[in-house]
Amino acid sequence: MSAAWLAIEGLSLTEGGTCIIDDVSLRLAAKRTVVLGPNGAGKSTLLRLIHGLLHPSTGSLRWPQPLTQAMVFQRPIMLRTTVLANVVYGLKLKGYAAAECERRGRQALARVGLEALEQRPARLLSGGEQQRVALARAWALEPELLILDEPTASLDPASSREVERIIKAIADSGARILMTTHNLGQAHRLAEEIVFIDNARIAEQALVAEFFSKPRTAAAQDFLREETP
Amino acid sequence: MNEFNEPLITAWQLVAGGDARLADIVLLSLRVSVAATLIACVAGMPIGALLAVGRFPGRRALIVLFNGLMGLPPVVVGLLVYLLLSRAGPLGQFGLLFSPIAMVIAQAVLVTPIVAALTRQVIADEWTEYREQLRSLGASRTRAAATLLWDGRFSLSTSALAGFGRAIAEVGAVMIVGGNIDGVTRVMTTTIALETSKGDLPLALALGFILITVVLVINAVAFALRGWAEKHWG
Repeated sequence: MSAAWLAIEGLSLTEGGTCIIDDVSLRLAAKRTVVLGPNGAGKSTLLRLIHGLLHPSTGSLRWPQPLTQAMVFQRPIMLRTTVLANVVYGLKLKGYAAAECERRGRQALARVGLEALEQRPARLLSGGEQQRVALARAWALEPELLILDEPTASLDPASSREVERIIKAIADSGARILMTTHNLGQAHRLAEEIVFIDNARIAEQALVAEFFSKPRTAAAQDFLREETP
Repeated sequence: MNEFNEPLITAWQLVAGGDARLADIVLLSLRVSVAATLIACVAGMPIGALLAVGRFPGRRALIVLFNGLMGLPPVVVGLLVYLLLSRAGPLGQFGLLFSPIAMVIAQAVLVTPIVAALTRQVIADEWTEYREQLRSLGASRTRAAATLLWDGRFSLSTSALAGFGRAIAEVGAVMIVGGNIDGVTRVMTTTIALETSKGDLPLALALGFILITVVLVINAVAFALRGWAEKHWG
């Protein structure tokens, strides 16, 4: 396997006496990594620590070379403005000139198939469309690492498939993908590597085929049995 | 019953006939309170937004202070501004006392904490929802505050109107710093107070009608705006 783009060492996060992330050490080298685990295991927290939204109590994140990042959340947050202005907002914060912002914004919207809706008020779009706007907003930044926290958890199957297609396209455009999902089929289709978290700790890290066919730990075996339809 | 009916009829004739004296009083009231509310919004909304998203020492104390100042008694504000503007006061040299500008200053002081405290509530709710997304996109706290002020513009219009309602209806502050001078600083509320004490009920009643109507219309507009915004921007 190629060299790690992130090395996590002894990472812990304690809040109000509860350990949400407990002494996690992890090397991420795959292009597409999916974090699996039961509810409350600490998946979302780990993603937020990596993205820098949370600060660890102890431990460290080591980036061999700093990566530009973007994150897509479970519930898309849309500003009360047009679809295009929502996509452009992130670009403006990065300091691009107005014309360049618009060009990149339109391009990103076209990539997610929403160019026809660019002047619509973003908050009046369907949940699936809003999530695609959120993906366009992230994609427009051309991040080297895209983090997604259960991006399809509140979407219908058709919207989920569309979001999945877009995530694949973003990965193909060169970004590393780090995401969580509850959809095992999606994890199987998207991941190169699986990181399995149980009870605030890393229980298992394996290539996708290996994880689904021969999970090593009892926790992962139980999880797969319970989650498989 | 006649004692009540007669002033009512005369009051209606004043309103319907477009009485010039009445119109002057109403216009001055609106000019003073609109100006005071605008100043209060320009000062109070950024303060409210920074109190909501900022992180600096003394933030909690300031929040408590602004919430408390929402209940400032207008006469006390009037007295303080009077002291500031009186000949011997620190701003006495400008000779502003007993002028409409003094009234604007007093009402702006009265209304700014109301606008700031109500803005803080609106923006704090938005911040809870938007926080992670805005930070992820790299927005500084100041930038986030500005973004949320624009995003919450329809909810904030209600804060502004609450401030305006307070300004147009108060009597104590404008009475003290304006002096209730006929034709110069006489507004609706001070006229009502004066004319009632003089026993000239028709003018007082006519102004009372107009004052209530203004407040109702403003609230109806605010309600309609919120509804429209909800439908068009979500």
